[in-house]
Amino acid sequence: MYSQGLIGANATTDEDEEFLARFQARIDAEEKIEPNDAMPEGYRRTLVRQIGQHAHSEIVGMLPEGNWITRAPSLRRKAALLAKIQDEGGHGLYLYAAAETLGVSRDEMTEELLSGKAKYSSIFNYPTLTWADIGAIGWLVDGAAIMNQIPLCRCSFGPYARAMIRVCKEESFHQRQGYEIMMTLAKGTPEQKELAQDALNRWWWPSLMMFGPSDSASEHSDQNMKWKIKRFTNDQLRQNFVNATVPQGEHIGLKMPDPDLKWNEKTGDYEFGEINWDEFWRVVKGGGPMNRERIAARRKAWEDGAWVREAAMAHAQKRQARRDAASVAAE
Amino acid sequence: MNAELPLWEVFIRPRNGLAHKHAGSVHASDDVMALHAARDVYTRRGEGVSIWVVPSAAMTASDPSEKDQNFEPTASKIYRHPTFYEIPEEVGNM
Ligand SMILES: [Fe+2]
Ligand SMILES: [Fe+2]
Repeated sequence: MYSQGLIGANATTDEDEEFLARFQARIDAEEKIEPNDAMPEGYRRTLVRQIGQHAHSEIVGMLPEGNWITRAPSLRRKAALLAKIQDEGGHGLYLYAAAETLGVSRDEMTEELLSGKAKYSSIFNYPTLTWADIGAIGWLVDGAAIMNQIPLCRCSFGPYARAMIRVCKEESFHQRQGYEIMMTLAKGTPEQKELAQDALNRWWWPSLMMFGPSDSASEHSDQNMKWKIKRFTNDQLRQNFVNATVPQGEHIGLKMPDPDLKWNEKTGDYEFGEINWDEFWRVVKGGGPMNRERIAARRKAWEDGAWVREAAMAHAQKRQARRDAASVAAE
Repeated sequence: MNAELPLWEVFIRPRNGLAHKHAGSVHASDDVMALHAARDVYTRRGEGVSIWVVPSAAMTASDPSEKDQNFEPTASKIYRHPTFYEIPEEVGNM
């Protein structure tokens, strides 16, 4: 499950002061907002967009890992990877269902993903080159996702918060299976350890980018905090992730690829180097190494599945017609 | 894009003896497929022992803007609660 700091949603609203104040009072009282409740258009729009991006990320996120199912080094690893990827598919479906409660249809969201209009987490536009990448993804990418998603369990919008609770329960296995892969490689032959280090080198910075643009560059951060769609800023979450992850890497003898990384006794935080934001924006906007391939794969899956959906609908209609005829005959 | 698969609401009985509880929704062509999808999506870790699926279009919900008139009166009718009545302690539990 992979939610990125929201990219480019417009949260402006035109509702009158009194309406907005009443809505804000509900939020401030920690009341959950439910789908049929009155809500500012900007709140609805922001959530449709955020939950949609989040759902797309889960679905596209199945692709880089799917790349290694047939080449998993043992049956145990293969079973775990399959289960993990199936979970991600489930996460996508919980989230699409939550977005649909706001009046957007599943097909509209699918269409936006396939046309390239919808955004999804930039992390999935990087390739999985070796088996160690599967370890790095579980450890770092799912680790970053957990950091993002735990506060979303308290999001003010009920269906999103409830979907996140289910998702968070499932994520911990994802991160642990990834870390275990890294640990096993790091304890293995020098070549295996090198494989793990190389994967860490390639996935570390993209994982930090998963938290989205820096707070100073993220336009709608304040409004989303006020509406309690999010509870922490992108930078806070990123810092928490670095603090949690650096010791985990040290524990298995791997080095974060950041010469500026150092512990700050005073703040109790790890200081880290500058993120390459040009790369981030390039990848989000479609210029990552795998953007084209990811969308092409989703399109192919959708198009190849069309006859199945059509056949299932035709079968359902035939069954219904038979039932209708039987009930007419019985009367 | 052709017609969307219908939406179904999913209810799951978590354990023997408990009521079915709303878990989420799935798209499926018919009831059989909806049950399959609900099992795959909502019960991968022993979350349930029984599933109901109901076409979302068949659900009727109360209007949230009528919440006060629907549910507020119950709070003022305190005589519906046992603590409203004073019974001497010697009588014991009642
Ligand atoms: Fe996930
Ligand atoms: Fe995950």
